[in-house]
Amino acid sequence: MSTQRLYRIEPDALNELIQSLRKQNYTVIGPTQRGAAIELDEITSTSQLPIGKTDEQAPAHYRLKDRTDGAFFAFSAGPHSWKRYLFPPVLKLFTSRKNADGVHIAEEPPATEKEELYALLGVRSCDLSAIQIQDKVFTGGAYQDTAYQRVRSKVFIIAVNCVHAGGTCFCSSVRTGPRARVGFDLALSEVVDGEHYFIVEVGTDRGEKIVETLTRRPAEDAEVEKADHLIRAAAQLTGRSLEPDNTREILYQNTEHPRWDVVAARCLSCANCTMVCPTCFCATVEDTTDLAGSEAHRIRKWDSCFTLDFSYIHGGSVRPSSRARYRHWITHKLASWVDQFGTIGCVGCGRCITWCPVGIDITEEFRVIRETYLMNRGTGLNKE
Amino acid sequence: METLERILVQHPFFKELGGDYLKLVTGCASNVRFEQDHFIFREGAEANEFYLIREGRVALQLFSPERGHITIETLGEGDILGWSWLIPPYSWHFDAKALDLTRAIALDGKCLRKKCEEDHNLGYEVLKRFSHIMGQRLESTRLQLLDLYGVRS
Amino acid sequence: MASVLESHPEAATVCSSPMLPRPYIIKRVRKDTDDTFTLELGPKDGRSHFSFAPGQFNMIYVYGVGEVPISICGDPSSSTLVHTTRAVGAVTKAMAKLRRGDIVGIRGPFGTSWPVEQARTRDVVVVAGGIGLPPLRPALYHILAHREAYGKVVLLYGTRTPDDILFKEELENWRARFDLEVFVAVDRATSGWRGNVGVVTTLITKAGFDPTNTIGMIVGPEVMMRFTALELIKRGVKPEAIYLSMERNMKCGIGLCGHCQFGPLFTCKDGPVFRYDQIKDLLVKWEI
Repeated sequence: MSTQRLYRIEPDALNELIQSLRKQNYTVIGPTQRGAAIELDEITSTSQLPIGKTDEQAPAHYRLKDRTDGAFFAFSAGPHSWKRYLFPPVLKLFTSRKNADGVHIAEEPPATEKEELYALLGVRSCDLSAIQIQDKVFTGGAYQDTAYQRVRSKVFIIAVNCVHAGGTCFCSSVRTGPRARVGFDLALSEVVDGEHYFIVEVGTDRGEKIVETLTRRPAEDAEVEKADHLIRAAAQLTGRSLEPDNTREILYQNTEHPRWDVVAARCLSCANCTMVCPTCFCATVEDTTDLAGSEAHRIRKWDSCFTLDFSYIHGGSVRPSSRARYRHWITHKLASWVDQFGTIGCVGCGRCITWCPVGIDITEEFRVIRETYLMNRGTGLNKE
Repeated sequence: METLERILVQHPFFKELGGDYLKLVTGCASNVRFEQDHFIFREGAEANEFYLIREGRVALQLFSPERGHITIETLGEGDILGWSWLIPPYSWHFDAKALDLTRAIALDGKCLRKKCEEDHNLGYEVLKRFSHIMGQRLESTRLQLLDLYGVRS
Repeated sequence: MASVLESHPEAATVCSSPMLPRPYIIKRVRKDTDDTFTLELGPKDGRSHFSFAPGQFNMIYVYGVGEVPISICGDPSSSTLVHTTRAVGAVTKAMAKLRRGDIVGIRGPFGTSWPVEQARTRDVVVVAGGIGLPPLRPALYHILAHREAYGKVVLLYGTRTPDDILFKEELENWRARFDLEVFVAVDRATSGWRGNVGVVTTLITKAGFDPTNTIGMIVGPEVMMRFTALELIKRGVKPEAIYLSMERNMKCGIGLCGHCQFGPLFTCKDGPVFRYDQIKDLLVKWEI
């Protein structure tokens, strides 16, 4: 992006931003502290942001800590991801009614304009990539998720470039960050260094219109450079890394690797990873009726490939062991996704590592398999 | 005899036996015919021959008091019928009934057995071929056992 | 790694949402065996022709109970939509209780189809195991309706017992034709059965076809399909000329719910009809 549409705003202007969006009927969703974690929820002013908070993340470990500098975005990904809004955990698909002349099926009417108009404040580059990945999943195929499309087409995105590296994230190695490059209306970079300001990068005309309502001035080169420097530093300091090349060969050729038994002994099949992952999209449908049987609903809900029922067909599941289910998940995320959608499905946000109750680390599991692949490559032991 | 040899040599079972052995086997062969519903052999009887089915169908059966005659497997044109002649105690394990008018080439198993004892190379060739057939039957039987089309509860 | 097979998204529902079923009325119910039944359906809104390609499936919605993927098994040129189903789970058992005049929801047709165009001028061997015959029927109808375009056509059908044979009358009519070979074998005979007894793969040696110029189409339990494909290959049919129809758990039928993944393939859109050589390595992997 050229330097032409770069502005400097002070922290107060961030509140102006939220109010401008609300005036245009957006529901602003942003990070906010809920108990011991930073989650996503509707916010009505910057006072609800987790100001001065940072997080300490490690496998199976998440703690909020206080900072002294009053930074607004000095934390990494929390357990929520933006898919909660674009691809809701529970969604009614249709209602069918049975009466004397038979069964009538009516699509659930779309929510009113206001209910589906979201402004997402604080979308990290990894999560922005995740949204783009889900765009491909839900709107890139022969059949589209019409509900996703409807919300997605109206959503206003304010990205935040990370200037602090997280303990479990690895965006730089999978090339999804820390700088947001495309797909945002506005992108913010926070500088807290004696002075406290934000560099605002405009990504769309819609973003430009909103920026025009803020107290701002064009950013000076030195101010931009300070922010860029912080972003570059964050890229070096990420807690983990994952080499995203040849994932298909690595995983497809190692379905019987002994490592799968090792991780299976730890994995509880609790499905936390799939719930917190910003790209996981598996869903199930439930059909319910009222007691009288006159009205039936079809509801779509998030599902997880870690459940035993996920692969159930007449009399048994195709993947009864947790070994097979973990293997399926990581293979899908890193390898099959490439065949299906053209990129890997992992954006390096680190949530699955932090929120796994036993601290299974996707980068570590993949590393072990990858090492076998590299060793075998020299000896010709790899198939094809 | 010449015609029999020509028929036998075309069958994959006898094809690569080679000149002398083929003649020897042909020497033990004769044409036979079974009318429909005729029993070719009965369970427990001495097993002295085996058959190459040229036409018709044969049902391998067992008789049980509660269920009557149960067909385990059916064989047809081109199939080899009978291996009990090769393995002690040389008696049939099943009944074999011709479901249709069946024409076959019968081979004198008793005679062939004796010759295999005398010439182990011949014995090896014969056992090689029969173990292949038995392997195939075992695989098919196992698939039948799996009851693949049944519903799992 | 999308399938090279014919796929037909344009023939599908034109509703606002592909998750919304269209109501269809049951015109006729027929009980085929103990647990298998056939529904003949027509659209409630009067659109006369359900267009589909042989091998495709619909998601059938039973009011208030749920939805299941079932292969379409009728004649593609007919105006009646036919589904033959085995009652094994909650939804199919509820479906089995439906009667003429009841309404079901239909979404589809989805999925890839049998290579009936590619099979022109070649011999065709169709091998069906158990409830695998219904998904192959539309292919047979198509082939028989264009009989002169194909070489030798063979149907091999294996079932559990003689009582489980589906479409008996139709099979007998087909067997009476001079341009179609039909062989049936049962795993387990009942008394009085004079037909073939044995696993369906043993019928392959009995059928007359030129393996170097044959297309094979197989549907049945996965084990049966694996062994049948190997048997055809032993006979000389090329792995690229053999097609299977796979089955996996499906919740949407349109590639969005993730349940039907078979390796990297979505059974609902890259399948259910797959070419054998493209999936043979996946077939022998455990729990994949």
